[in-house]
Amino acid sequence: MPGPTITISVYDDDTQLLVGLRRHDPDACTCMVKRFAPLVFARALRLVGDADEAEGVLQTTFIKACNAIDSFDGASGLGTWIYRIATNEGLMLLRARRQSLALDDVAETLQPGDLPDSRVAWPEDPLRSTLDSELRGQIEAAIAGLPEGLRLVVMLRDVEGLNTEETAAQLGLSPGAVKVRLHRARMRLRESLAGYMARPEEIDDAEAAR
Amino acid sequence: MPKLHANLPPCYDLARQLSAYLDGELPADLCHDLEAHLGGCPDCRVVLDTLGRTVQIVHALSDTPVSLPADVEARLLSRLTGA
Repeated sequence: MPGPTITISVYDDDTQLLVGLRRHDPDACTCMVKRFAPLVFARALRLVGDADEAEGVLQTTFIKACNAIDSFDGASGLGTWIYRIATNEGLMLLRARRQSLALDDVAETLQPGDLPDSRVAWPEDPLRSTLDSELRGQIEAAIAGLPEGLRLVVMLRDVEGLNTEETAAQLGLSPGAVKVRLHRARMRLRESLAGYMARPEEIDDAEAAR
Repeated sequence: MPKLHANLPPCYDLARQLSAYLDGELPADLCHDLEAHLGGCPDCRVVLDTLGRTVQIVHALSDTPVSLPADVEARLLSRLTGA
């Protein structure tokens, strides 16, 4: 059953939303949650791997964002700023959980298992050009299945959009180690997706549906 | 199935460079070697193409809308507004 309808159209862009947040308008706060919380929660869940802990990261992120909104300089987008807070909170939680990030759970060099195994081409399929719920499920499961030392690197580089140096600084790795881990993570994700992406019956289904 | 490239050192060496190649972070000389190899190796072309599409899919996670569980949202709003 849908919840109460909340009018958030008064803040239809982030600039207006920021003005509202600085006025401490409750509607602006609700709007910020509606606009950014889903992606913050999804990112937190990928980082920490536990729904309860991800909710903790979500709440801390928004509390910190609200408290710091007056000092936000607007240099990056509001969403980018909030997502960075969430990433920092998630990494802090991982560090607190086990004193340090489990970054040494993977070797720094390419392993035999990282060599390409699947050589089957993925058909060009319009249905696969968007991240529908099925493909999302496949990639989320593949990311969740990576060891933490690879998962964090691919999360920061390919989802959060940090560059190699920023990722290295966040994780306390050398830039070279980030590149090796990123390659290994992507190759593993490729292998994980291969069975789904190259599955011929999906093409038949797509053809039949046209 | 035997591992692809198990006995092909050039593929083994070059396969390690595909990710950096996609990111435009490969030095020019290695780029040249890799592209020369790709021209004659259909298997590596498939790996490059599918690796690139994997990266696109992962990128798409960054801004694909997802639904937040209603109870999670309600608890967050409650914390923020003190309701």
